[in-house]
Amino acid sequence: MGKAPKKKNLADKVRKAKAATEIKNNPFEVKINRKKFDVLGRKSKHDVGLPGVSRSKAIIKRKETLLKEYKQKNKSNKFIDRRLGEYDAKMAPEDKILQRFAIERQRAHGKRDVYNLNEEEELTHYGQSLAEIEKFNDTVGSDDESEEKGLLSAELTASHFGGGGGLLRKKTSGGYQEDEQGGQKIKSRQELIEELIQKSKQEKRERQVQKEEAQELTEKLDQDWKSIQALMVKKTPKAENVDKPEEKAKPEEYDMMVRELGFEMKAQPSEKMKSPEELAKEEKEKLQKLEADRLRRMMGDEGGDGVQSQVHMSADDLNDGFVLDKHDKKTLAYQDGKWNIEEETEDDKEEEGESEKEEGSEAEGENEEDDDDDDEDDVEEEGEEGSGEDEDGHSDLESEQESENEENDEEEEASSSRQQQQQQTLNREELKARQEAAKAELPYTFAAPESYEDLKDLLHGHTPDNQRLIVARTQKCNHPSLAAGNKLKLQKLVGFLMEYMGELATRSPPELGTIDKLIPELYALCQMFPEAAGKSMQSILGDAAHSMEEAVEVKGHAAFPTLDMLVYLKVTALLFPTSDFRHPVTTPALLFISLTLTKCLVRSLQDLTSGLVLCCLAVEYVSLSKRFLPELINFLSGTLHLAVQDKASAGCMVVPPFRLSGKYSDLLVLSNSESCSSWRKENLPLSATQQLELKSDLNKDHYRLNCLSTCLDLVKRCCLLYKDLTSFTHIFQPIRTLLSKHLSSHMLPSPLQELHSEILEAISSASVTHTRLVFEKKKPIPLKLFTPKIVEVLDYGKKRGSTREEREKERLKHKYKKEFKGALREIRKDSRFLAREKLSEVMNRDAERKRKVKELLGSLATQEGEWKALKRKKRK
Amino acid sequence: MAPAKKRNVSSKANAKKIKIDFEGIVERILKSRKHANDVFDVLEFLQSEKEKDVICAVDACCKLFCTLLKRKDLFIGKLPGEDEAIKGEHSPDEKYKIFMRHRYNNCVEILLEHLHHETHEVKESALCCLMKFAAEQGLHPLEDLDWSEYFSFPRELIQAVVHNILSQSLDNSLLISRFQEFLEMDDIRYYVMSFIRDNVATVMNKSKGAVLPVYQSNVFTLMLNINMPSQETELTNFMVKQETKHEDWKAAKLHDHKRAFERMWLGFLKYKLPNSMYKKILVVLHDSILPHMSKPTLMIDFLTAAYDVGGAISLLALNGLFVLIHQHNLDYPDFYKKLYNLLEPSVFHVKYKARFFHLANLFLSSSHLPVYLVAAFAKRLARLALTAPPTALLMVLPFIYNLIRRHPSCRVLIHKPSSEDELLEDPYVMEEVDPALCHALESSLWEIKTLQKHYHPDVAKAAMLINTPMTEQEDDISEVLEITSYELMERDLKPTESKSFPLEFETAAHLLEGRGEVLGRHFCLA
Repeated sequence: MGKAPKKKNLADKVRKAKAATEIKNNPFEVKINRKKFDVLGRKSKHDVGLPGVSRSKAIIKRKETLLKEYKQKNKSNKFIDRRLGEYDAKMAPEDKILQRFAIERQRAHGKRDVYNLNEEEELTHYGQSLAEIEKFNDTVGSDDESEEKGLLSAELTASHFGGGGGLLRKKTSGGYQEDEQGGQKIKSRQELIEELIQKSKQEKRERQVQKEEAQELTEKLDQDWKSIQALMVKKTPKAENVDKPEEKAKPEEYDMMVRELGFEMKAQPSEKMKSPEELAKEEKEKLQKLEADRLRRMMGDEGGDGVQSQVHMSADDLNDGFVLDKHDKKTLAYQDGKWNIEEETEDDKEEEGESEKEEGSEAEGENEEDDDDDDEDDVEEEGEEGSGEDEDGHSDLESEQESENEENDEEEEASSSRQQQQQQTLNREELKARQEAAKAELPYTFAAPESYEDLKDLLHGHTPDNQRLIVARTQKCNHPSLAAGNKLKLQKLVGFLMEYMGELATRSPPELGTIDKLIPELYALCQMFPEAAGKSMQSILGDAAHSMEEAVEVKGHAAFPTLDMLVYLKVTALLFPTSDFRHPVTTPALLFISLTLTKCLVRSLQDLTSGLVLCCLAVEYVSLSKRFLPELINFLSGTLHLAVQDKASAGCMVVPPFRLSGKYSDLLVLSNSESCSSWRKENLPLSATQQLELKSDLNKDHYRLNCLSTCLDLVKRCCLLYKDLTSFTHIFQPIRTLLSKHLSSHMLPSPLQELHSEILEAISSASVTHTRLVFEKKKPIPLKLFTPKIVEVLDYGKKRGSTREEREKERLKHKYKKEFKGALREIRKDSRFLAREKLSEVMNRDAERKRKVKELLGSLATQEGEWKALKRKKRK
Repeated sequence: MAPAKKRNVSSKANAKKIKIDFEGIVERILKSRKHANDVFDVLEFLQSEKEKDVICAVDACCKLFCTLLKRKDLFIGKLPGEDEAIKGEHSPDEKYKIFMRHRYNNCVEILLEHLHHETHEVKESALCCLMKFAAEQGLHPLEDLDWSEYFSFPRELIQAVVHNILSQSLDNSLLISRFQEFLEMDDIRYYVMSFIRDNVATVMNKSKGAVLPVYQSNVFTLMLNINMPSQETELTNFMVKQETKHEDWKAAKLHDHKRAFERMWLGFLKYKLPNSMYKKILVVLHDSILPHMSKPTLMIDFLTAAYDVGGAISLLALNGLFVLIHQHNLDYPDFYKKLYNLLEPSVFHVKYKARFFHLANLFLSSSHLPVYLVAAFAKRLARLALTAPPTALLMVLPFIYNLIRRHPSCRVLIHKPSSEDELLEDPYVMEEVDPALCHALESSLWEIKTLQKHYHPDVAKAAMLINTPMTEQEDDISEVLEITSYELMERDLKPTESKSFPLEFETAAHLLEGRGEVLGRHFCLA
């Protein structure tokens, strides 16, 4: 069963292949698709079409599917293919066959076979029944085997038993007779053997040749080696010398060159330009040196130049420069009722002064301050160092005691020898004061703080100037070029510093002076790490805005931000450019200002002060870019409205957070109009945003007037800023009505009157007329040119001038269209095919009928004829 | 026995024992009628000062009387007075029942009083207990009636509960939210609604129209907690199932529920309300009140009154009005004129900004509006935009653009080419109330031109759109309706790889310096 179709297939294939080539070669069958361009190296599948073949294929396919369906159309019974796994694509064909076989066996193993002891079951081997094999009918099998297995043995036997050529031939001829099928095989076998022998011989020869060649090569190598050896010992054998004169010349030339080069003068390396890293390193070293100096001076050690000439070497000294300085340090003890710290000499002081001057910009004037101011600040540091001395003192307890007195003597001697007489005139008190000053001096190196707490500890208890110095020195000591981790450390420092500033601003009273001092350092750090500074500022702003937004959501309004936020906003303006169209830090900052100006209720003079600070900041932010900030105008006009005495009169328009009337709408109304006369403009303190204590009414009024003057000044600035906006008059309309109608100038002190009139003038002088709005003129579309537009094509086969999505869309559209057309065509062909079938059916039916009719008529005619003939006969 | 006596000795020392006591007492009472007098002990504890005792006693009472109700050990029918009963000729069994019924009544009274207790726990347990009584009473009614004629429901009890929950002095919102659980049952809900109405009518009439904020907020919370079913088939959850004629029961009909709901709300809204309450009602009106009324049009008076109030209340009334106009054919004269006059600078700052602009967008989406009206709206919004925060601007600019897109004849507002470069003042009259007379069509949107210089980059970009002809596609403003400043900030705060931080090049030396020194001129470090 299984074999028959296979054979058929094979035959089919052969026939088909034949037919295919025939068809392909037949020019009438082939349709050649003309190509527009010949592209080299491109293979196209569709250059030749076989319309006849494809049509017949399509027809056959239709016959198999459509026609069958058509014929089955009105039939309810159905053919079901129950073959196991016939339509299961997942099943491997082997599995399929196995399972089918198993099922077949099961089926055969029916009830009637229960007692059947292997009688009908036939055992097979390679498809042949074992029973048949056992009969040994076929002797050919064994012969075959010997033939197959003993290919060489047959040959061997022939040669071994001296068969010779004749015998061999005879055997083959015998084989011929014996075997009907194997004649050709034997021949080929013989050839094979011959070939084999030939091959082996050839190989042998080749091996020999190789060996010879290798020998030759080694000999050659040996000779070469000899020549080289001769060269190496500078004794060239004469034979070689004769052989290769050219070869010898070359190395000599080279050698000469080498020697020449060797003797030539070498360029001396000059002093290298110092890279910033090296500079930083140097600076750090300098600072370290200074620090070491300072420490030594603090301990009371002298200048250190040859004074202590004889250096005692300890037995434990590793000679690594580490000095367990017995002479430098001593225990802290009282001597004659005074500290036993050594005196500092005049010289030292001078040296220190010079070294600090070298330090450059950041150390300006630090000298005096260090000496004068800071003594009190460093009490605890002193204590620490005192304890340090104590610890050190343990090392040299025994010697200390004895040497103490003489040491002092020694020192005095040394100093006197250097400093002459005037030094001795300095009394002990003075010396001591200087010592303290030296001790109070700042260390020169600082480890970068790892956490905010570290920074706080570091800066705690120092004056603002010293804090600045500390930060500057930390920054220098940890310059990113000095060590790998320094960059990260300093980046962290930026954040900590900002946090610290915030904390300074939240203290009461706020330490704004310190912040002011720290600004340059922050600026410098920010210049180094814009990313870190930007990110930390962003997170500060984000957090503040988030909490404010939450408050707004809960209560509908929020409290004005605390002073630290104001400081942060100002610092933002100092560190980052405010005029950028979009800036990752300043844009959110400006948004935050606008949020506070719209959502924070003004309930006290403090709030108003905060608001005015924010307004100032806003004006600063937009002063360069002249961008429009509606909230600013709203807030300023609201503030002015606070100063209006009778709110009842109509015509005012205020925008939230301000209200037309209410508890807090009289914040800026003067309690006594007399106080105008005694008022003088003063700068408002920033701390007033947090707490404000104004005792008398007069003070309050003065404060109010201060606020009002700030507000008016800001309005004036805004007028100048927004002069060119088209809606200038409408923007300033509320302020104008407020100033002209409700807050007339005669109620104000004279400096404010001036401002008042200036503002009004500025507002009224602006032009109120504008041209109508029109669209921007479009560029005229240029005429189409006939000269070809030459575009450089970088990626062939891709449509350009559209985004990826568009291309994808286009592709899908195209595909859809193609598919649609194809489907339509198929459907048409189907219906045509069906129509043809129907027609042929009808024609067949008609033909059949005609045939039958003809038959009938024919038979009738014959009948009639017969009858007539009969009649005629009868008549005759 | 012994522990019961001990109570007098050490009642406060060990609360735990007392709890055990209660269980014992209750068991004893239930076991034999001999110990009936122990019920006084329990009632005494019920009035104790200590909250723990009270709560334990409430539990005990609950258990005791529920069992008695189940056993029908309480007197059924018209209750004779206690003294009469003792004198009168009743069988001992009946006497016992009458006695117990009186105790039950006492207990209910005390529990109702406890609804005014200071601590929430006591209130809550009292409420639960009362509702359990109600459930039991519903199953085993205490009235002696022909139940084939009447529907059994513990009306008096529930009415008393409602009356006590709606306190005039205490804010009972917590208790009310607990009560909501019982309102899930359809019959309770139905009766509660009618009781609320009665209660409101009596209380408000007594106060003669004055505002009672606490009481009204209690009523409002309770009413808000009523979840109306939307279909008749949902009416399946009953506390008392009527054996006969269940279908005829009013509490089982959705229509009657709706009627009761409607009458309750109308009865409540009839009286003067505090302003905050007004807003709260208007916020929920359109989606939790109007759909459940049988005749939503009855709300017209309330809504129009609210619309005329002005300010935020008008904005909120808009939503309810919209539902009425849209679904119930309400014709509202001068609707657009009023809407136009609602546009005030504060519109961009109020809490309900998003809702207002959503509705305004709906109202103005009609293409049959006259051009002058649309132009007036566009111009007014543009003028107001001069005082708006960036979040509002990001919404109102697309809003204006959409108006112009919908009504192409409004394009003159942003594009009116004329032969000569004439200069003209803005003819638009901001103060004019009537949109027909404000000359908006003769004006141009110079305000948007101004906003091109706005400090926020997104706003400036949005304003730039008027420089070129606009696309046909309308902008979807629903996304930007509720944008907050913080979200706007986050756009810039979000870390992106390509973001660099440009720096100020002017060296900063002092805090108050830099950029014109505005801060330094007016403030000093101190």
